[in-house]
Amino acid sequence: MIIGTAKESYRADEALLTTQPQRVWMAIFLAALVALPFALNDYWLYLACLVAINVTAATGLNILTGFTGLVSLGHAAFMAVGAYTVAWAETRLGTPFFINLIAGGLVAAAFGILVGLPSLRVKGLYLAIATIAASFILHFCFIHFDGITGGATGINVPPLSIFGIELATYFRLYWVIMPITAVMVLGAANLFRTRIGRAFIAIRDRDISAEVLGIPLLRYKLMSFSIASFYAGMAGGLWAYFFRVVTPESFPLLTSIFLLAAIIVGGMGAIIGGIAGAIFMTLAPELLRFGMEWISPLVPNAGALLSPVRTVVFGALIVGFLIFEPQGLAEIIQRIRRYFRLWPFRT
Amino acid sequence: MPKSTTPSPHLVSAQDTWDAPAGLSVEDVTLRFGGIKALSGVTFSAQPGSITAVIGPNGAGKTSVFNCISGFYRPSSGRIMLDGQDVTRLRPPRRATLGMARSFQNIALFRGMTVLDNIKLGRHGHMKTNLLQAFFYAGPAAREEEALRREVEERIIDFLEIDHIRNMPVSVLSYGLQKRVELARALAMRPRILLLDEPVAGMNREETEDMARFILDVKEEWGVTILMVEHDMGLVMDISDHVTVLNFGQVIASGKPAEVQADPQVAAAYLGSGDPAALMKRLAAEGAT
Repeated sequence: MIIGTAKESYRADEALLTTQPQRVWMAIFLAALVALPFALNDYWLYLACLVAINVTAATGLNILTGFTGLVSLGHAAFMAVGAYTVAWAETRLGTPFFINLIAGGLVAAAFGILVGLPSLRVKGLYLAIATIAASFILHFCFIHFDGITGGATGINVPPLSIFGIELATYFRLYWVIMPITAVMVLGAANLFRTRIGRAFIAIRDRDISAEVLGIPLLRYKLMSFSIASFYAGMAGGLWAYFFRVVTPESFPLLTSIFLLAAIIVGGMGAIIGGIAGAIFMTLAPELLRFGMEWISPLVPNAGALLSPVRTVVFGALIVGFLIFEPQGLAEIIQRIRRYFRLWPFRT
Repeated sequence: MPKSTTPSPHLVSAQDTWDAPAGLSVEDVTLRFGGIKALSGVTFSAQPGSITAVIGPNGAGKTSVFNCISGFYRPSSGRIMLDGQDVTRLRPPRRATLGMARSFQNIALFRGMTVLDNIKLGRHGHMKTNLLQAFFYAGPAAREEEALRREVEERIIDFLEIDHIRNMPVSVLSYGLQKRVELARALAMRPRILLLDEPVAGMNREETEDMARFILDVKEEWGVTILMVEHDMGLVMDISDHVTVLNFGQVIASGKPAEVQADPQVAAAYLGSGDPAALMKRLAAEGAT
């Protein structure tokens, strides 16, 4: 139970984690992340890495859509830009991993600014359509600028190596992907402790008064686009090293929708929402598959019947979230926290 | 409530760090929407450190004047001068950094944010944290946030008596409190001139009196010029130094509250045509019975 917060300084009150239980849970969570690769088999490690990549991408989209209120359905295209940049730099220039990855993020950010330009004039669905259009243009470029992108066959990426150590197994890749994801998430959380993050939320909630407070709308909307695309580019870069091949079909429109669904299910406008949503969207289909395998002996002709059921259940879960928990998983987590704040007493 | 470990700057008077109050003059401003003239040749001024009220019947153009001053509308002709500087063509964010703050008629707070974050947003234009510092919450960003928090807590939240609601989302607050938070946010901008669009609209008497006290205190203690649009005649006559009356987009009277009150044209605009003295007498008689 927490009776009250008794902070000695403003700095303590502005900290990211303000209560003792929060710090304890965070420590447990981080310890679990470190212990995970020793406990999981190769398949689950593969999923863990995929979750981490999706967390980075979803957090980026959350900054743009959840916090700034600009709907984007072109996020996968920015991932593709990052992935292609990394693949190109790795194969043609042979520059080190970190430089490639950052370059992937920056190139994606530059494209993000370009695509974000209409956002001053168009909002909501119209902006969503504009971003879809942009992603189709990029898709066209990936296929036809084959001098750079390798055309329809794409680019094969050599295994990731750092300081001459080759990281080809999921176990080793985990130690690169997970820390980068952690830093990206921490950076996003920090962003919303400062004036820049607050300005994004102000634009989402009421852009007219944001302008009166001295927030230049165009600059901040473009900044939001570029940050979101930077995250997507980093995620795409990691993806390229993870799957080791980048083709025009690696990042279809469906990926954009997947990420949008992730932040809606997770909770828009909450950092934890992007994390929870990405975990849910990546793992739920797998867990459902295991559930189906588990009950299949009970049902005759299981294989044919149950594989479509899995998709249906997954879809129903998403619809259920939209109806019953519109604030997403983040709200459920909040509610649990509120409950235990007064535990064992009830309000 | 968190207490600072270093001595607070609370005892330092506001004028030491705040800029001096600004004067504002609206010079021959005309605003057209297609064929309709919303404002024609409007001229008035707000003296530095005074409270000026703009009044007038519904549709007289009061909010249009405000929107011209804060930069949402661009006048078809005429100029708006802030301390002798022509600001007619500047975008709203630029005007904000020059020391112009405003509140809105229908509250324009950020509903998803807490009171504290709403107020902090007021300082946006004065802060310097860049993207990289924000990402790592590195030295300068953390220091700037701490200084901001201290200023907001000790100068604004204390002053407006809203410490009990600082961590609440604004959407759950009563109307009167939301208006007060909006004033707090405007004060966080360290304004030199404050534009208040109907600061007490829809408030009960107690809330109105509180707000009147805060407006007077802002003028006296913070040394901020105040320009307000208001319908509550009691408030206008009590606290303003100068009143400008608009009707059909034109200034019909201007002067001290008592002078304006006695002006037959003003009475006509508000109460219809007729002899104002007779009207006042009739109203007084009705009040007596």
